[in-house]
Amino acid sequence: MQEKAKTVRLPITDEQIENLKAGDSVLLSGTILTGRDCAHKRICAFLDEGKELPFNLKGETIYYAGPCPAPDGKACGSCGPTTSARMDSFAPRLLDLGLKAMIGKGERSEDVEKSILKNHSVYFAAIGGAGALYGNAVKKSELVAFPDLLSEAVYRFEIKDFPCVVAIDCHGGNIYKRK
Amino acid sequence: MRVMQSEEIESAIYRLAEEACLHLTPACETALRQAAEKEENISTKFALSTILENAEIAAKEKMAICQDTGMSVILAEIGQDVHIEGKLFSDAVNDGVRRAYEDFRFRKSVCDPITRVNTADNTPAVIHTEIVSGDKITLTFLPKGFGSENMSRTYMLTPAKGVDGIIDAIVDAVKLAGSKPCPPVYVGVGIGGTFDTCALLAKKALARDVGSHNSRADIAKIEKIALERINALGIGAQGFGGKTTAIGVSCEYAPTHIAGLPVAINMQCHCVRCAKTVL
Repeated sequence: MQEKAKTVRLPITDEQIENLKAGDSVLLSGTILTGRDCAHKRICAFLDEGKELPFNLKGETIYYAGPCPAPDGKACGSCGPTTSARMDSFAPRLLDLGLKAMIGKGERSEDVEKSILKNHSVYFAAIGGAGALYGNAVKKSELVAFPDLLSEAVYRFEIKDFPCVVAIDCHGGNIYKRK
Repeated sequence: MRVMQSEEIESAIYRLAEEACLHLTPACETALRQAAEKEENISTKFALSTILENAEIAAKEKMAICQDTGMSVILAEIGQDVHIEGKLFSDAVNDGVRRAYEDFRFRKSVCDPITRVNTADNTPAVIHTEIVSGDKITLTFLPKGFGSENMSRTYMLTPAKGVDGIIDAIVDAVKLAGSKPCPPVYVGVGIGGTFDTCALLAKKALARDVGSHNSRADIAKIEKIALERINALGIGAQGFGGKTTAIGVSCEYAPTHIAGLPVAINMQCHCVRCAKTVL
């Protein structure tokens, strides 16, 4: 297991973001929002129509995930990350609105990288396929918006010691481009 | 002729769904352990140890290994001496899927392609049937996640490309997929047939055990060379860099047209889930 994981409290601060470097192991604790394909499409449709979002993105961390239904006695079912690249066309817009951090898996587009630098934000990679482990790190789950989207709805999670690796940092470091 | 009640098929599908979504196949787990031992990069080692720890939690706590419990792909070999009584075969399969995904709290991931409205019960399953000799039914359940399915490709090569062209296509598909399909991947390859049979062969190749080889020596050689070249790409677990980008390459083949050489690559994430039974 990892030895020197940094603890990161969410919502994340600018100072914490400043201190994270691509390749760092981190344990995230605090609150996050979930959102994947359909939720992103709907968020952007709201923005296009000039409507107010049912939640505030400022300072938030978004987790690209759609959980399994919670088993009895648990806050959440299996809930690992989904492929972030599918959210690339939406991410810069959300970062411009004040979203500070993203959690997902896999590389991002050049546009997202540039937006991370511009907005002083960070992209964490969770380990894809480790659904049960991440589901257990979710201590509370609350439906925030778009219940008709089922597992793709937006949930607010309270997470504890959620293991990730810093994938793209605010200084231009990128774990997928390391040689 | 043997008479089989459709309930037998339905309950077999129910049990297979449970087994497949909660457990890695033993051959996959062995391959992942071996991959973890070889790595030196801290992030890559961490990724692999997390994946193995997750498999233990999933089995112990009966939680899906991966939240993407996939589209339910069923490969069915139906003996032509079997007569099924009761429900239509596909209805029995879909009812088994529906009950299992509800009871075991697996994610329902099937939706209309245009409206994106979820069917809310993970049906319809993707059912491939083949009529074979005998009076038995063999069922294989592959929960197929789409992070990896999205990275699948078909190449309609010319015969001139030959074996080198096939290997180049396999390596190209894995390289283009990069970190997106949850490497280390298991690479299913279909060689020959038509556009459609080639893709189905690639899916069937994923039902073979990780580490197994095609019984034809020249095809097994393609598997071996492709795997070496893929692992030289350096993508590594989760794209963090490393020695194991794929845990295996599995090729199946069929005769093709004199003018063509179709090659299909069906990508499977490290979470190789597959359960089989014979009724």
